[in-house]
Amino acid sequence: MQPPAIDLRKINKSFGPVQANKNVNLKVAKGSIHGIIGENGAGKSTLMSILYGFYEADSGEILVNGKLSSIRSSKDAIYAGIGMVHQHFMLIENFSVLENVMLGAELSSSLKESKISAREELQRLSNEFGLAVDPDAITGDLAVGLQQRVEILKALYRGAEILILDEPTGVLTPQEVRQLFEILNALRKRGVSVMLITHKLQEILAITDEVTVMRGGTMVATRETATTTKEELAELMVGRKVLLEVDKTPAKPGKVLLEAKNLTIKDSSGVTRLDNVSLKVHAGEILGIAGVSGNGQTELLDVLSGIVAVQQGSVVLGGCAIDKDNVLNAKDFRHLSLGHVAEDRHKQGMVTDFSARETAIMGFQDEPEFNGRIFMNNKAVTEHCVKLMAEFDVRPGNPHLKSANFSGGNQQKLCIAREMERKPKVLLVGQPTRGVDIGAIEFIHQQVVSLRDAGSAVLVVSVELEEVMSLCDRIIVMFEGRIVGEMAAADADAQKLGLLMGNAGSESDTSAQEITAS
Amino acid sequence: MSNKTLPAWIDIGVIPLINVCMAFAVSGLVILLIGENPIEAVQYILMGAFGYDEGIGYTLYYTTNFIFTGLAVSIAFHAGLFNIGGEGQAYIGGLGVGLMCLSLDSFMPWWALFPFAIAAGAAFGAAWAFIPAYLQAYRGSHVVITTIMFNFIASALMVYLLVNVLIEPGSMAPQTRSIADAATIPSIKELFAGLGIDISNSPLNISIFLALACCVLMWLLLWHTRLGYAIRMIGFNQNAAIYSGINTKRVIVITMCISGAMAAMVGINEVMGAQERVLLDFVAGAGFTGIAVSLMGRNHPIGIVIASLLFGALYQGGAELSFEVANITSDLVVVIQGLVILFCGALSLMIKPGLEKLFIKLTAAKESADV
Repeated sequence: MQPPAIDLRKINKSFGPVQANKNVNLKVAKGSIHGIIGENGAGKSTLMSILYGFYEADSGEILVNGKLSSIRSSKDAIYAGIGMVHQHFMLIENFSVLENVMLGAELSSSLKESKISAREELQRLSNEFGLAVDPDAITGDLAVGLQQRVEILKALYRGAEILILDEPTGVLTPQEVRQLFEILNALRKRGVSVMLITHKLQEILAITDEVTVMRGGTMVATRETATTTKEELAELMVGRKVLLEVDKTPAKPGKVLLEAKNLTIKDSSGVTRLDNVSLKVHAGEILGIAGVSGNGQTELLDVLSGIVAVQQGSVVLGGCAIDKDNVLNAKDFRHLSLGHVAEDRHKQGMVTDFSARETAIMGFQDEPEFNGRIFMNNKAVTEHCVKLMAEFDVRPGNPHLKSANFSGGNQQKLCIAREMERKPKVLLVGQPTRGVDIGAIEFIHQQVVSLRDAGSAVLVVSVELEEVMSLCDRIIVMFEGRIVGEMAAADADAQKLGLLMGNAGSESDTSAQEITAS
Repeated sequence: MSNKTLPAWIDIGVIPLINVCMAFAVSGLVILLIGENPIEAVQYILMGAFGYDEGIGYTLYYTTNFIFTGLAVSIAFHAGLFNIGGEGQAYIGGLGVGLMCLSLDSFMPWWALFPFAIAAGAAFGAAWAFIPAYLQAYRGSHVVITTIMFNFIASALMVYLLVNVLIEPGSMAPQTRSIADAATIPSIKELFAGLGIDISNSPLNISIFLALACCVLMWLLLWHTRLGYAIRMIGFNQNAAIYSGINTKRVIVITMCISGAMAAMVGINEVMGAQERVLLDFVAGAGFTGIAVSLMGRNHPIGIVIASLLFGALYQGGAELSFEVANITSDLVVVIQGLVILFCGALSLMIKPGLEKLFIKLTAAKESADV
C-alpha cells in the first residue's frame, strides 16, 4: 500500500505554559483532500506552522511520503514538496503574476532567462491544472479569487505535491469558492494532496474526503466525510450539542429608528468608499449587510456610529439629523441611544493592553456613574465589569485581567455586553462572530435577537453569508460602496446573494471572464 | 504570549537591574582599556555619589531635575507621543520662573512667590510645547521633528534675551541679576540648619519635594482620572479612542502641554533654587536625560524616581571620578552614561526572550519536582 503523503506522529508543541498541540497524530492519504476543523485556539494553525517549518515541534515525527523528514524552515518544507497558501496572501501587489510566481525560485541569475523558463513552466502548470491566469497582469489588479490562484501556482511552481490551504474561503464570494473547489478537485485528480483548514462546516462537507477535528490542542476524531454530518462535526468541535440555526420568531418591524440618506464618503486619497447609500432600519428588525469584505461596509459602520464625519448626505438617529454641518462624535451618537459593536475589535472595539474593566467602559468613560468630581470611581468601574461579565458569561470572570488574555469569543462577549447594557434603541454590529467559537456564536445570536424582540433596531454587517441569512430579517448587499440589492431573508439564498456580491453581469467581473477563458 | 509568562517582578525589577549591570560591565572594559582599574572607578563613583553629605546633596539635586524631565517624557509616551523637546520646554519654563521671580522678588517672600513661579513656569513650558502639539494634532507634522527644532529655537531665543534684554546692566556675563535672597526657595542645608543639624553646602533645595509630589500627581492623573484614561487609550490604540468618542486631537494637545509644564519645573529647581538667576544653558541636558529616565523607569512614576536616582548618581559620581583619576576625563563619564542609556533604553528587551526561556524551564522543573 502507498504510504500516506503526510504522517504526523505524536506532535507536541508548547508556548510557555500553553500546550498548543498534544500528541497529535494525523495521516493524509495521497491524492486526497483532508479537512482540518476546529475552533479558534484548537491548535490547527500551530500544527500547520510546524508542518511548514515556522515552528519546530517539541517532540514528534513528521513523515512525508513515508520518509522521516526534519522540517526546520519553510525552505525544508518546500524541498519536501509541501506548499502553503496563507490566509493573508504573501504576494507583492505591484509585481506581475509571473514575477510573483518565480520570486525566490529563479532558475538563473539572469532575470531574462529566469522569466523565459518560468513563463514556460507557468504555462504548463496552468494547462495541466486548469489554472488560467494572465502571467503579465499586475497582481494587485486581480480579483481576490485570482490572487489566490497565483498563490496556488506559486506553490505548484516550487514542486509542491502537498498543499496546505489556511482558511482559503474567508475573502471569497460563493462563486469564487465554487471555482476554488473546482481547482482543488483538479489537483486531487492529478495526485496532489490537499489539507484544508477551515472553520466552515459546509465547506468540509462539500469538498473533503476525510476530516479531522481538533479541540484544545488534541485530535478529537477523524471521520470519512461521507459518513458524518454537520451536527456531528459541530458537536465534536465544541464538545457539546450546539444549535446551528438561529432560533427566532418572524420580525415585527415598527417605525424607522435609524435612517441613512444619500451617504457618500471619500477616503483621504479621494477614493469613493461609500457611494450614495440610503437605508432605513426599523424597530424590531435585524437588517443585514452582506458583501465581500472591503466593499464599503466598514465605512458605512464608521459613518453610522460617528467615527467618521458625514461628508455628504445625512444620518437620522433619535430625531436628530446629523450631516456635515452638524457633526457629532461617537460619544454623542451613544447618547442618542446607539450601540456599536466594532467590526474589528482589536482595531477599534477594545484596547488589548487595557484591563477588562477599562475595556468595559469604553465609550462610557465620561458617564457620571464612573466619575467623581475629579477622580474616576474605580470601584464602580470594576463593579460594572463584574456585572457585565456575569450577565454575558465572560470567562474568566476577572475584571483585572488584561483584555488581550481573553479568548476571541470572550472578548467579543465583553464588547457586546458593553454595547447592549444600556438597551440601545439602535445597535450596529460588525462581524458579530468573527474569531468567535461556535459555542459563543449561539449565545451572541440569542442576545442580538432578544434585543430585537425588545423593540430595538439592529444592523448587522457580516461577511459570513450563512450568518446573514439565518440571523437577519432583511438583507442588503453592498458592492464597491453601493447598495446593489435588497431582499427579505426568507427569499435569500447563497446563489442569489453571491451573484449580487460579485456584481455578476457588470463589466468589472473579471473572475467570470476567467472562467470562460479557461 | 510573551508578557504572560514573566511575572511582574522580573519584568520591572530584574531585567533593568541586569541591563544596568551589563552597561557597567562594558564600561569596566573600556576603563581597563585605558589602563585604569575598573573596581577603583566604581568605588570613586559610589563614594562620590553617596559617600558624603555634599555628594548626596548633589546626587539628589540632579535627581530632582531628572524626575521632572522623566515625568514629562513619560506622560507624552503614554499618549504615544515622543517628546524630545523637554530640553527647550525646561529652558523656556525657566525663563517664566525667572521673569516672575525678578518682577515680584522685592516685595514677596519665597513661599508667597512659589505658586506664582510654578504657574508662570508651567505656562511658559506648556506654551512652548503647545505649538508642536498643535502642529502634530491638527496639521500632521511629526512631534519628534518639531520638538527637536523647538529646542534649537529655545536655545537661540534665550541667548538673544540673555545677551540683549535680560542681562544685568554693567555685567559681562549673559545672565540676569540675582533673585533677592528672601525670594529664593530654601536649600536643604537651611532646612536642616533650622532643625539644628549642620550639613555641607549643596544646590539641593526643597524642589525635590515638589518633584516627589509631581510623581504622585502624575500617578493620580494617569490611572485615576478620565483624562488619564483617554491619554492611555490614545497611546495604546488611537482608533479605539475615536471609537470611544474621545477628541484625540484635543487630548494630544493637552498631554503635550502637561508634558511641557512638567519639564518646566526644572526651572524651579535651577532658577529659583540652585542658581538664583536665569543664565545660559542652565538645563544642561536634563531634558535629554529625561528620555532615558522615562525609558528605564517604564513610564511609571516609581520607576522614574529610581531611574532618576541612578542617573543622578552617575552624574555626580562621574564628575567625582574624572576629578580623582587623571586618565579618566569627563568624556569617559559621558561614555558610561551613554552605555547605561544604550543598555537600558535601546537594548532594554534584549535579554527578555532568553530570560523567558530560562524562567519557563525553571518553573517546569519546579512543577515536576513538586509532583
